[in-house]
Amino acid sequence: MYDKLWLIPFFPLIGSIINGLLGKRFIKSEKAIGAIGTGAVFLSFLVTCRYFFQLLGDTEKVHQQVVASWMSVGKLQVDWGFLFDPLSALMLMVVCGVGSLIHLYSIGYMHGEEGFYRYFSYLNLFIFSMIMLVLGNNALVMFIGWEGVGLCSYLLIGYYFEKQSAGDAAKKAFVMNRVGDFGFLLGLFTIFWTLGSHGIWTVNFVDFSEHGHLLGVGSTVVTVATLCFFLGATGKSAQLPLYTWLPDAMEGPTPVSALIHAATMVTAGVYMIGRMNVLFAMSPTTMGVVAAVGAATAIFAASIGFAQNDIKRVLAYSTVSQLGFMFVAMGVGAFTAGIFHLMTHAFFKACLFLGSGSVIHAMHHALHHAHLDDDPQDMRNMGGLRKHMPVTWATFGISCLAIAGLPFFAGFFSKDEILWWAFASTRGSLVVWGIAAFAAGMTAFYMFRCLYMTFYGKQKTDPKAKDHVHESPWVITLPLVVLAGLATVGGFVGVPHAIDVVHIGNKLDAFLAPVFHHTQELYQIEAHGAASTEIMLMVFSVVVALIGIGIATTMYLKNPELPAKFTSTFSRLHRVVFNKWYVDEIYDAMFVNTTKQFGNFCWKFFDVKIVDGIVNGVGKVVNVLSAGLRHTQTGLFQNYALAMVLGTVVMVAIYILN
Amino acid sequence: MIGVYHYMTVAAILFAMGTYGVLTRRNAIVIFMCIELMLNSVNLTFIALSRHLHSMDGQIFVFFVMTVAAAEAAVGLALMITFFRNRESIDVDQINMLKW
Amino acid sequence: MEILFFYLVAFVTLVSGLLVIRCQSPVNSALALVNTFFCLAVFYVMLHAPFMAAIQIMVYAGAIMVLILFVIMLLNLGTESRQRYTRGVVWSSIASLLMLIVATVTIKTGQVTGAEGEITAHTVKSVGHTELIGRTMFTEFLLPFEIASILLLVAIVGAVVLAKKEV
Repeated sequence: MYDKLWLIPFFPLIGSIINGLLGKRFIKSEKAIGAIGTGAVFLSFLVTCRYFFQLLGDTEKVHQQVVASWMSVGKLQVDWGFLFDPLSALMLMVVCGVGSLIHLYSIGYMHGEEGFYRYFSYLNLFIFSMIMLVLGNNALVMFIGWEGVGLCSYLLIGYYFEKQSAGDAAKKAFVMNRVGDFGFLLGLFTIFWTLGSHGIWTVNFVDFSEHGHLLGVGSTVVTVATLCFFLGATGKSAQLPLYTWLPDAMEGPTPVSALIHAATMVTAGVYMIGRMNVLFAMSPTTMGVVAAVGAATAIFAASIGFAQNDIKRVLAYSTVSQLGFMFVAMGVGAFTAGIFHLMTHAFFKACLFLGSGSVIHAMHHALHHAHLDDDPQDMRNMGGLRKHMPVTWATFGISCLAIAGLPFFAGFFSKDEILWWAFASTRGSLVVWGIAAFAAGMTAFYMFRCLYMTFYGKQKTDPKAKDHVHESPWVITLPLVVLAGLATVGGFVGVPHAIDVVHIGNKLDAFLAPVFHHTQELYQIEAHGAASTEIMLMVFSVVVALIGIGIATTMYLKNPELPAKFTSTFSRLHRVVFNKWYVDEIYDAMFVNTTKQFGNFCWKFFDVKIVDGIVNGVGKVVNVLSAGLRHTQTGLFQNYALAMVLGTVVMVAIYILN
Repeated sequence: MIGVYHYMTVAAILFAMGTYGVLTRRNAIVIFMCIELMLNSVNLTFIALSRHLHSMDGQIFVFFVMTVAAAEAAVGLALMITFFRNRESIDVDQINMLKW
Repeated sequence: MEILFFYLVAFVTLVSGLLVIRCQSPVNSALALVNTFFCLAVFYVMLHAPFMAAIQIMVYAGAIMVLILFVIMLLNLGTESRQRYTRGVVWSSIASLLMLIVATVTIKTGQVTGAEGEITAHTVKSVGHTELIGRTMFTEFLLPFEIASILLLVAIVGAVVLAKKEV
């Protein structure tokens, strides 16, 4: 039945090993390396598809497959086990599907890079880890994947490690993720011991779902544990307060930003909450915190997105903001909506990132051709690229429409479902809805600002490089087209009931029901309200989005001098926003510098004075004691021989006297 | 009648002489010869005892001592040549790099 | 008669030994050492060990002494330019004296015992000393004998490596 699930992680692992070990010396050819890397992920995608469609036709929706026993400690038995249910199946489809497209894209984008083999090895290793994270049937296997994706993220952000900023960004990402991982582990330990005290020693997710109620609904234990898990999720998914690593992660190659820092890895936190929905649903406090943090992040990150000029940074803040939406969904109990948005976001954000990559690629080549060292990522150097890069423009535009939530694009359905739940759910509130809706409008604004600055208006590229901007090759545009297509139609799997005039039915909701409905029924989490209200809200959010787009159009398309006027009027506000609300500086002052000072204290006082003092003191004492003794060591062998003779005499004398 | 003690006393005196030579002489080759002297005094003891105990083992031992002495002569003299080549002298009180 | 002969040989032995340690020139020391070896060979004969006496003369007085003399000539160490002795003469004298006292006391007080063998002067005469040695050597002490040959081989290689000018 589902006994070949292990093939899914197997292919990328093998691909990673082959490329990593043999790529530099033996394979060498970029084509072969790219084919191995892409092929491995594509094979995984095929296997996933096969099991996905099998699952669609299956009545039994939750399948566990144990490959091998990992460890058996006391009453705890941990397996290398896989859990294949609608949630993991959907997530795998996204990971492997988007993953293979981005692998294909990378062949073109990374062409000619030194360390091509290394890149593909890391990328495959990332896919492997992500699959382990998604597919693990217990928290420890998930944690392996969780750490694995963190490691790959570190390696890929630091891919251009000869650049100081890339190395720093990689370290930052790693350290901030460690903070989150710490929370994950604490949460896991709490759940493990508390369940253990009820006689159930397990880390298995299915057991968590079955026996979670033993912890007590709304009890302190479950609140603390889920808050710890949520801390893990904020680290991995770049939410307040641990989001600052994600914008810096844009130092990595653009396909990496698309795959890891937009489509898949950063959604791991959302997935994890979905996976443990029973535990989270048991604590209304945690759910409230999740929703609040999500909403705050959504609006906060969107505000920073207003003032960034680096195309990738805009998208990075947009990602943080969209992840905030997903957490809002999780927090108000709209698990399906959260996963839905995760999926659609993977489509349009991957497309946006790859589109920006295509632009950067073209800009880089043009600038390189003209021997200029302008920043190829700065949108102020772009503009008017529409006629040079039509495919990129079209796909980027479609994705912008999707992320802005214009009707019948993918983002429309998922975002509106989140907003509807935030408004009408038993766990929702008007405040959360209001913030989220406002953030949606802001999203529309800054995404169209980005679109206009890049593709419309007058071309601001240096004249020498102007005519060398060309459309990218097919390996780059093909994934763009596929993803844009998905961003257009992907939303129709989750058409809400209220506007379902042709009775497609909310397929996604039905599909994910085995995972979430039980929880939602058990803890009375539901969105109730009239269909008319729902339609009203939709219209409202579309209007908000249109207002956002309208402002962007006015400012960046119609009157290009307006933004400059605006920034000079509100120069102080602009400066604060431009500098990302000084969050990095605040963190530096609060955590980094205090840690540094503490480290300095440990070094200058504890290490130098006390540790070294003891060590040197011992040395000095021995030195003083031996200063006299060392003169007995003349180095003349006859003196030693004399001592030996005397020793022999003494020994024989003792022998005689006895 | 000459007893084993006679031989052993001669051997003991020879051994003490050899020790004195090893400890006092400066010339490495003379020291080397003194070592041979000590070895021979021991050989004498072995053979005397072998005779005294009516056993062949002591003489076999002497045989091996001679083997070792020959090997030692070969290596020791080669060392001296090497040393002389470097220092133009084989005085042992100049060989004091072993200290500290 | 025999005891007189013994004392004569012992006297020559000890005087030669003294010359070895006292002579100014290494060549003289070497010749004195050869004399000592001869005397010891005489002792071996007196102890019914003619084969040992033979190889004492052949190996020691012949091979090793020639080697030593050869090195002395090679290094041109005719006479020593500076004083013969190092500084530690007093202490060394005391130490060797103590060694002598201890040794003689041991010999006087100690018991000479051990595993008694079957070899008498008569057997040595009838069978022959060389055959006795050979038989013991190649039966009971075969392994040490082989190891000794390896030791010699190593010594040869070592000597060649050490003495070669450019390694």
